[in-house]
Amino acid sequence: MNVTDETSKTTLEESIGEWRAYLRRRQAIHKVDVAELEDHLRSQIHGLVDAGLSDDEAFLVAVKRIGDLDTLSREFAREYSDRLWKQLVVSPEAGPSPEGRKEAIVAVALAIASAVAIKLPELFGFHMSAPITETSFYVRNFSLFVLPLLAGYFAWKRTVDRAGRIWLAIPFVAAVLAVNIFPFDGRGHTLILAAIHLPIALWLAVGYAYIGGRWGDHYRRMDFVRFSGEWFIYYILIALGGGVLMAFTMFIFQAIGFDAEELVASWVMPCGVVGAVIISAWLVEAKKSVIENMAPVLTRLFTPLFTVVLFAFLATMVWTGSAINVEREVLIGFDLLLVVVLGLLLYSISARDPHSPPGVFDVLQLVLVVSALLVDAVALWAITARISEFGFSPNKVAALGENLVLLVNLGWSTVLYTRFLAGHASFTSLERWQTAYLPVFAVWAWVVVLVFPPLFGYR
Amino acid sequence: MAMNIGKDLVAASATPLVLAILREGESYGYAIIRRVSELSGGKLRWTDGMLYPVLHRLERNGYIEASWGRSEAGRRRKYYRLTDRGVKLLESQRQQWKAVDETLRGVWFSAVHPTWQGV
Repeated sequence: MNVTDETSKTTLEESIGEWRAYLRRRQAIHKVDVAELEDHLRSQIHGLVDAGLSDDEAFLVAVKRIGDLDTLSREFAREYSDRLWKQLVVSPEAGPSPEGRKEAIVAVALAIASAVAIKLPELFGFHMSAPITETSFYVRNFSLFVLPLLAGYFAWKRTVDRAGRIWLAIPFVAAVLAVNIFPFDGRGHTLILAAIHLPIALWLAVGYAYIGGRWGDHYRRMDFVRFSGEWFIYYILIALGGGVLMAFTMFIFQAIGFDAEELVASWVMPCGVVGAVIISAWLVEAKKSVIENMAPVLTRLFTPLFTVVLFAFLATMVWTGSAINVEREVLIGFDLLLVVVLGLLLYSISARDPHSPPGVFDVLQLVLVVSALLVDAVALWAITARISEFGFSPNKVAALGENLVLLVNLGWSTVLYTRFLAGHASFTSLERWQTAYLPVFAVWAWVVVLVFPPLFGYR
Repeated sequence: MAMNIGKDLVAASATPLVLAILREGESYGYAIIRRVSELSGGKLRWTDGMLYPVLHRLERNGYIEASWGRSEAGRRRKYYRLTDRGVKLLESQRQQWKAVDETLRGVWFSAVHPTWQGV
């Protein structure tokens, strides 16, 4: 090998290195894919050099044949919708697109419609501020002012076909009929329970619209889980901003001797609460990449903290020997604990690259889930004893049912996670378990909405 | 004859072609591309990179499976092979293409010999 060959080899390596670095910057193309493409590039170059081309000629031809990297990364992003949501990848077409503007108009119009919807019943003598016992209209219907519009937004955006739209309408019609026809006892628990569970039940209907009616598609379901998490973050951010805005409104109007509290409480607040539901959804759709980094950060931050708290709790309980003081709120508190842990788990699943091998954080995640299960088992044991002593009430049954639903989910997640860490299963099996489990939440929520009231005599 | 096969047709034929090539035995991206151009006599040209999203989609749907090995030069290389599901898909795709091909043959023929239509 002479000197010129030597130099040309180094320049070729440099060129390939630059090409690799350029490719690595695309988020849709992961490290393993880059390795695969690089192997392709090198094989191609090798073949061309054998055919008589010089190194740099071969490099240029090979790069050209692999194709335009923008198109390629767009193609990868399309293939991996879980990477697509990091939309930065798909380099935006120049300028704001007319579709984007149209979507913004639709979203804002729907947000205004939801604000109108929530104020409209007041014209007919239903008042938001009235005590729950007197007029339960708003309590019964509050999730029905905005969620149908949200479902409509996605049905429009995903162009759900006619059959799909009919399927989509069924849960909403059922909900309207059930909550308004059931002769609820105004002071009863079943009304409140139905009102709390209805948004959960309908959220899954929104999910049906979100995935464009293709319920069987595991990846789209996972996208919906991801969307729900992002939506939640956006909603909280908007709520915080809205709170600051309302506080300032009241403060500055007070300075000129004008009491704006009534205006804020009866107009700005309810309209904002429903409008923000749509706006958050639209923001998640339009600006996916902004929040993209939030979910991993939140899980990385709170998974260790929650784990520490749960361990401290278990240790204290064992150390002091004190039993869980079973009040009614306790069970709900432990349900919420499981919800938070499940939320952390889902965030981390959705933010994780399913192809990367198990790491330290996965172990930590597993420890968190296991410790939550232990804490919950203790609570559940105490509460079952309590129920067998004092009998069933709608609240207890609902809380217990939720606990079981979450326990089954987390329990099997633990098994799958352990198998993944032991190298016996892929991470995808855990994802699939979570997406397959989604209908269970919906079914339980619907049971509480539709079956509980008659079962417990509407009390 | 210089001929470019249209984009849509190239896209539509990608899946059966990849499956059929893998039916011949385990292979990897570059070799698949080579085989395609060999089989088509150079008429079917893919942008090389576009093969990979197709391979990954097939892998994810369980029609093919992949494993990392080494090339002759010792580089990491991803090899693909057909699964049982893939064999079934290939068979069904083959039937479909056959049907399309037969339909087209029929109509090509009557286009060349319009007077025979009534026979």
